[in-house]
Amino acid sequence: MKRWLQTFGPFFALLLVIIIFAAISDNPGRFLSLANLRIVLAQTVIVAIGAVGMTIIIVGGGIDLSPGSTIALTGVTCALALQAGWTPLMALAAAVLVGGVVGLLNGMVITTLRVVPFIATLGMLGIARGVAKWISGEQTVNAPATWLNNLTVASPSPSWLLVSPGVWIALALAVLAAIMLRRTVFGRRVFALGSNETAARAAGVHIMRMKLLIYSLGGLLFGLAGVMQMSRLRQGDPTVAVGVELDIIAAVVIGGGSLAGGEGSIRGSLVGALIMAFLRNGCQQMGWPNYIQEIIIGSIIVLAVAADRLRHSRLQAGA
Amino acid sequence: MTMTEAPLLKISDVRKRFGATLALDGVDLAVRRGEVHSIIGENGAGKSTLMNILSATVRPDGGSIRFQGTTYHPGDPMDARRHGIAHIHQELSLCPHLSVAENIFLGIEPRRYGWLDRRALNQQAADILKTFQHPAITPERPVAELTIAACQIVEICRALAQRASLILMDEPTSSLQHADVERLFHSIRQLRDSGISIIYISHFLEEVREIADTCTVLRDGKSVVTGPLGDVSNQELISAMVGRPVNDLFPARGPAATAECALEVQNLSAPGVYNASVQVRRGEILGIAGLIGSGRTELLRALFGLQTTHGGNITVFGQPLLPQSTPEARIERGIGYLSEDRKGEGLALALSVADNITLTNFSPCSHWGWIDLTGQLKQAQKRADSVQVRAGNMNDAVQKLSGGNQQKVAIARLLHQGCEILLLDEPTRGVDVGSKAQIYELIVSLARSGKAVLMVSSYLPELFGICDRLAVMSRGHLSPALPIGAWTPETVMQAAIASTE
Repeated sequence: MKRWLQTFGPFFALLLVIIIFAAISDNPGRFLSLANLRIVLAQTVIVAIGAVGMTIIIVGGGIDLSPGSTIALTGVTCALALQAGWTPLMALAAAVLVGGVVGLLNGMVITTLRVVPFIATLGMLGIARGVAKWISGEQTVNAPATWLNNLTVASPSPSWLLVSPGVWIALALAVLAAIMLRRTVFGRRVFALGSNETAARAAGVHIMRMKLLIYSLGGLLFGLAGVMQMSRLRQGDPTVAVGVELDIIAAVVIGGGSLAGGEGSIRGSLVGALIMAFLRNGCQQMGWPNYIQEIIIGSIIVLAVAADRLRHSRLQAGA
Repeated sequence: MTMTEAPLLKISDVRKRFGATLALDGVDLAVRRGEVHSIIGENGAGKSTLMNILSATVRPDGGSIRFQGTTYHPGDPMDARRHGIAHIHQELSLCPHLSVAENIFLGIEPRRYGWLDRRALNQQAADILKTFQHPAITPERPVAELTIAACQIVEICRALAQRASLILMDEPTSSLQHADVERLFHSIRQLRDSGISIIYISHFLEEVREIADTCTVLRDGKSVVTGPLGDVSNQELISAMVGRPVNDLFPARGPAATAECALEVQNLSAPGVYNASVQVRRGEILGIAGLIGSGRTELLRALFGLQTTHGGNITVFGQPLLPQSTPEARIERGIGYLSEDRKGEGLALALSVADNITLTNFSPCSHWGWIDLTGQLKQAQKRADSVQVRAGNMNDAVQKLSGGNQQKVAIARLLHQGCEILLLDEPTRGVDVGSKAQIYELIVSLARSGKAVLMVSSYLPELFGICDRLAVMSRGHLSPALPIGAWTPETVMQAAIASTE
């Protein structure tokens, strides 16, 4: 029963959010329409891709506070590359790689300098944001229109895609990551690392290499999220995505990830990301001011972490 | 098994020094194939250091180790495992979120091109588990759902999965129920019969007699007795464990005057403590001996309100103490507690000496919530002088002081808060010899000035040196307190390692 609730709890929460907004909305038809669903899904893409990376990091017992800044940095990188005449694919690859380098640096600071992840990535939050502003000259970078801009449109151009291409990309990556976490030796060792680092080390798991890989993987995904951000704005903006890391972490925690490590699932995190997106969209449809959204989302984060604590103390009592 | 067969493991004259302490000072022992070799000794005798050397978390300074006929010189814990030595720690090291099978094969998972071969994993785990036939342990079950005893079986299976030929077990029964101990012993015998050797660390002679073939006694880092268990009596083992000279660290003292009863405890029960009863009078020092983990610290913490109690009565100077009263309320009743963990909870290391001394009672040096800094310094200086703290300045951070001076600051705080009943947990832990003598003198003079002292210590000579009466704690049970003259180190040790039914 407990495990059942843990697996399907996030789904119920998602349904609850949708039902509540449909019930209080003056126009439930519009809120539940296919068009609005497309918009919500397109809006989820950035947080969803970020949540896939964050799930791997959190399951491995870490945390990353730098995704918001990394998204801004890689979005600017992508726009600059396009401006310099690179092909869209090369610009995309450059942005993703920059994200990977940011993650690798996080991993190196954590493993070689032995700085706790919270502080190491808090530092990177500032550094990546600063570099983004520096290379963009503190201005938005206009990028020529390419197919990259179509990645996050709500209504895709070949209509048989049904939802924006970014949604399919996020979904594909999520499936890959879920298989990796469950079926590969590396994935199981990520769980082992988050569950009991001392035990994993004693069992001969190469902790340092694991952490470098985990944060680099996360960084690559945050880099891709940065491309999606650029695609949505159609320009690189060094000041965008402030605080997005909190949405991403909240999505993972709402989806059953434990900040103590060893617990979490990609599926749960995606549902968590959808909950955040429906909340924002619902608030907008209701015409509620921005600050109401912020208060609601803030409360949800606290509630989700409180639920995590509760689950954790029960796990210990049961052991 | 013939006596001429070369031993699996031969340790000769191994030494290890940590800073000023000599942890191992010449250890010799040999373990044959398929035997259970027990290592016994008091806390601090060097047992854990020796195990850590074998599992390569600590490097020896000198001596030689031969394992399976060749020189054994492991580089890191993984290397030790490759050689076939598995170490099962006292606190278990499993990943609670992973399954039993995943834990058993962690680090050596069966795989195909990086993919986990889950079917092979569960099959191989089931094969190993079959030996033990524990109903609750199935390969797919998450370890978080298992009991401690079942986790121990999983750890043993992990050792088997690495094809270990020597398994080190560090006090494996310390957290087990009786039935589980039997099951564990059954498993150990199975391992032994299949040719695997086991080094078994324990404090309990009965257990050692039941499971081990040979044994080594460590005392002060030296192996003092080693050989087959059949050749030595329990008496001989005990005197080998405790036999060390008592030096003249201790102050001369007269008999304690019989005075009013300061603290009376009746049938107190708390986690780790069963029906403890004891009386402490003004003017006396009552010692509590026992092994680490026997419930001594839990008893003191329960008396100070840091641990919930299940039942029993505490009376302070004739007035009952409510079980739910907080440490703060108990300080007002004149109880003071000196933690064994000085750095963790005894002192605020970053604060000044003056702050630390006055921390629990600011009222004599404050007005309306404002601290009178001059008054605070003056009062702290007075207390510090009375306990002979050597500190340049009362405003220095306490972490700058030596261990001995830190401990004196902690005691000065008890005096500043007007404490009449002192609960001292390992008051000389981590303190140099010179300061030790001063602390003994201080404790005796406090008692003679009318305070009641209840003192826990792992160091028998100091209990014999300054206590008026002594009680022994063993597995949560407190013996009656007898005058110190009625005890010998041997009888104390016997009571401490007695298994109580």
